[in-house]
Amino acid sequence: MAVKNIDIQNLKQKNMKRHMQRKEPEPLVNVKSGVSKFFLYLPLVIWALITLYPFWYMLVLATRGPAEIFRMPPPVWFSKALLSNYEVLLDRLPFWRNLWNSFYIAAMASLLSMFFCSLGGFGFAMYKFKGRNLLFNFMIATLMIPPLLGIVPYFIMMSYFGWVNTPRALYLPGAAGAYGIYLLRQYILSAVPPDLMDAARIDGCTEFAIYYRVVLPIIKPGVGALGLISFIGSWNNFMTALVILKQRVTYTLPVALRSFQGAAQTHYGAIMVGATIAVFPLLIIFAFMSKQIISGLTLGALKG
Amino acid sequence: MEKLEAGQIKINPFRRWQKKAAPYIFISPFYIAFLIFGAFPIVFALYLSFNTWTGVAGTAIEFVGWENYYYTLTDPMFWDALKTTILIGVYSGVPQHILALFFAFILNLGFVKVKEFWKATIFMPYITSAVAIALVFSVFYSHPNGFLNYIFVLLNNIPGLSSLLSWIGLDPPVNWLANTAWMRPAVSFTVVWMFTGWNTILYLAGMQAISHELYEAARVDGARWPQIFFRITLPCLKPMIQFAVIMTVIGQMQLFDQPLILFGVHGGTGRAGYTIAMFLYQTAFNWNFFGSAASIAYVTFMFILIITLITKRLLRSHEEVD
Repeated sequence: MAVKNIDIQNLKQKNMKRHMQRKEPEPLVNVKSGVSKFFLYLPLVIWALITLYPFWYMLVLATRGPAEIFRMPPPVWFSKALLSNYEVLLDRLPFWRNLWNSFYIAAMASLLSMFFCSLGGFGFAMYKFKGRNLLFNFMIATLMIPPLLGIVPYFIMMSYFGWVNTPRALYLPGAAGAYGIYLLRQYILSAVPPDLMDAARIDGCTEFAIYYRVVLPIIKPGVGALGLISFIGSWNNFMTALVILKQRVTYTLPVALRSFQGAAQTHYGAIMVGATIAVFPLLIIFAFMSKQIISGLTLGALKG
Repeated sequence: MEKLEAGQIKINPFRRWQKKAAPYIFISPFYIAFLIFGAFPIVFALYLSFNTWTGVAGTAIEFVGWENYYYTLTDPMFWDALKTTILIGVYSGVPQHILALFFAFILNLGFVKVKEFWKATIFMPYITSAVAIALVFSVFYSHPNGFLNYIFVLLNNIPGLSSLLSWIGLDPPVNWLANTAWMRPAVSFTVVWMFTGWNTILYLAGMQAISHELYEAARVDGARWPQIFFRITLPCLKPMIQFAVIMTVIGQMQLFDQPLILFGVHGGTGRAGYTIAMFLYQTAFNWNFFGSAASIAYVTFMFILIITLITKRLLRSHEEVD
């Protein structure tokens, strides 16, 4: 066991070194003149402002009363109505319950996919078995099925199961997602040397123990990235949630916010408080983990 | 000592069995989940599309042959929704990819400082809730007192610009979310806002894979960045462009969140914001025509396939032509 631990430590260090040594390539084109630089930077800056502005606008509107929101000139800075907006929000929606539903479903989706996808990825990456390529290609092909195709019978099925209005209707189907398995298979192929398998077997590990005690510690960063991606996807999911969740107490945040909008007098200040709570936690996570999240989300597209 | 243990492994039948079975067990959750939650609904949808059913348990499912398909394909609402979906797809897809190519190119030039910051900022909309952001945009677009109208009223006061604006048919304040001429551009912009960053990252990765020697040679020949962009980057990037555009096509054909929030479930004035996905949703869940909705799903799937194949052909790279 001790020998194995040292091996893993070495591997981790090697991985780390590889990451640290990767340098930025030389500039491809010499953009020397300040004028060209200015004109190349300008669209980037403008688009960044366009990207960020709605978030700022959301925060500002969350602090504005109903009359202030549509006043001219339009609000660009905070006002004092945040608390009263929050009270309206709580008055019209079981908001904290909705927030909890969103969190619970996203957390379950995230945990289950971290387990099942790492296990599946491990199966595909480290074993040779009959039908492997066929099974793998089939799995990849299922990624091309548009979700719209099955939504109607999916709802019917859920009503037969009695799963309408339940969180598991939303987190179970994607728990062993094809994309996640693919992602972690790639990760395992690049991070885990095949020799490790035999070494662990000689040490007396069962196959599951190899996964759990040897491989999982090495692929933690990849599994973490997948967990984040699953969380984000589930948190933002709208159409399936809209179809499955029919009672206000079972709504997730997007569905709750949408139901609020349908009310006769749409209270936008209160909606913006809710929207802010729906959006900013993810933005904060993204601010710290943007590299992992971006590479996790785009890897499938880039290797495929 | 070690050899002895290795010998034991071979003898122990459980060990041998579990080694053989392990991979199948490890990958099985996906196939089980797919059979139940993926394959079954799709097959059932096909069955349903040849029957009528109100979705109420206990009521009869009645076989009607091709009637649902006939109904869908002769329904003007379906064709209007298809037109709207495709138009929004074009209005948002084209700018999205042009912007993404441009930003990726700039980021790839190598002079931009703190590249990670720019990448993260541009990508951020992709991870936010489409519903929450569409709600923000619905305030942004409001009429007559909204942020966008405020900007356009200001611009309209500038003499040269006001004639330019009226030339493109823009007479502020515009009711962005109820004027049929501007509804689709308005929803398209929210889509562009959301997906430009995603495409930028794809294109950036594609550009980083292009051999440096090509750039080197061009630089030696004294090429400037516009020439490098059109002569080297763009041709080399063709496979990635093809892939990214197809992803956009597939996504756009199922557009649901943004138009539903901006225009409501009926698609707004003249149903100008009514997409196929909304039509399918209403047919099934508001009107309870489950068979008809299943036929819409399959017809849409066929259209997605056809448009994907057309896109693939239009954007094929040179190797494929030969």
